[in-house]
Amino acid sequence: MPAESLWLIVLGCAAATFVWRALGVVVVRRIDPQGAFFQWVTCVSYAMVAGLIFRMIVMPESDLAAVSLTTRIAAVVIAFAAYYLFKRRLVAGVVAGGISLSALAAWLG
Amino acid sequence: MVSGNGSVVRKAMLDALSLPAFILFFTMMGFGSLARGAGFTADMAVVASLLIWGLPGQLAMVELTSTGQGIAAIMFACSLANARFLPMVVSFVPALSRGQASLPRRLLDAQLLSINSWAVCMREFPHIEPEFRHRYYVTFASSILFAAAMGTLIGYHGAILLPAVMVLGLIFVSPLFFALVLSAVNGRAERFSMIFGCATVVVANSLFPAFDLLITGVVGGSLGFAAGKFWKPRNAG
Repeated sequence: MPAESLWLIVLGCAAATFVWRALGVVVVRRIDPQGAFFQWVTCVSYAMVAGLIFRMIVMPESDLAAVSLTTRIAAVVIAFAAYYLFKRRLVAGVVAGGISLSALAAWLG
Repeated sequence: MVSGNGSVVRKAMLDALSLPAFILFFTMMGFGSLARGAGFTADMAVVASLLIWGLPGQLAMVELTSTGQGIAAIMFACSLANARFLPMVVSFVPALSRGQASLPRRLLDAQLLSINSWAVCMREFPHIEPEFRHRYYVTFASSILFAAAMGTLIGYHGAILLPAVMVLGLIFVSPLFFALVLSAVNGRAERFSMIFGCATVVVANSLFPAFDLLITGVVGGSLGFAAGKFWKPRNAG
């Protein structure tokens, strides 16, 4: 594909994403942050983000799909255990989870 | 409570460097290498990370470009994959306590937002004095944006080659980080929404894979909102 078209794709995609951000700015000016609508939108974003994370772990489209679900869930459990064990330090949980996944994947294939 | 310009900037940079910057660096390395495979140049890949600033949309762009789709279809897919920014911006902007900021400044704030900054700020803001939250956010967001741009560039040139098993661990770290961050979120309705979101995404993904996150947000969020309203703990009076 010619460079001009590829640049157009990159900038077009940036604009297509910015539309949602700008729309958010416009919408938020018109609503009451204490009101029910705002609370609902907040719930929608939490549900969306949680769904995205759940999908990445349980139904991955990435290379993680090659690792069994049991291995992935075991690594999540280890991560949370380390997180609480080390006084809710994110680093502890993430490092323990990442290393467990790599180790289990290498060991179990 | 954190306050003062110096300490808030220091906290933001430390919070970014403690994990999110590294996670984004490695995640965007993956994007950089995919972008190269799809025929983009290095500067295009970096500009995509900087300006799109939403990985699901960037991946959709790369994937559809490599399969030879038209620009309208690519933009649509990218936009759909990043539609979560609408509710995220709406729920985030009031938490920034920006007062009477002008429209361009608000748009700039919205452009800097990513799932990392959103999740981390939602967790950290209660510990930061309201007038310093914006500074914390901008410092944190620019730090991870910089890491993402570096990661894209390095991934594009394949400068760091890691063993496959290690790459798996690094891919896994990103959702894991968000799961841990969000486990600390308080608020009944928010917690219900996250649980319903996880349940909804399974069904939505099998029925309407292209719109699964939109459906998940609206259905899971509405159920969570309703559950938060109606299911009050007995001791709440």
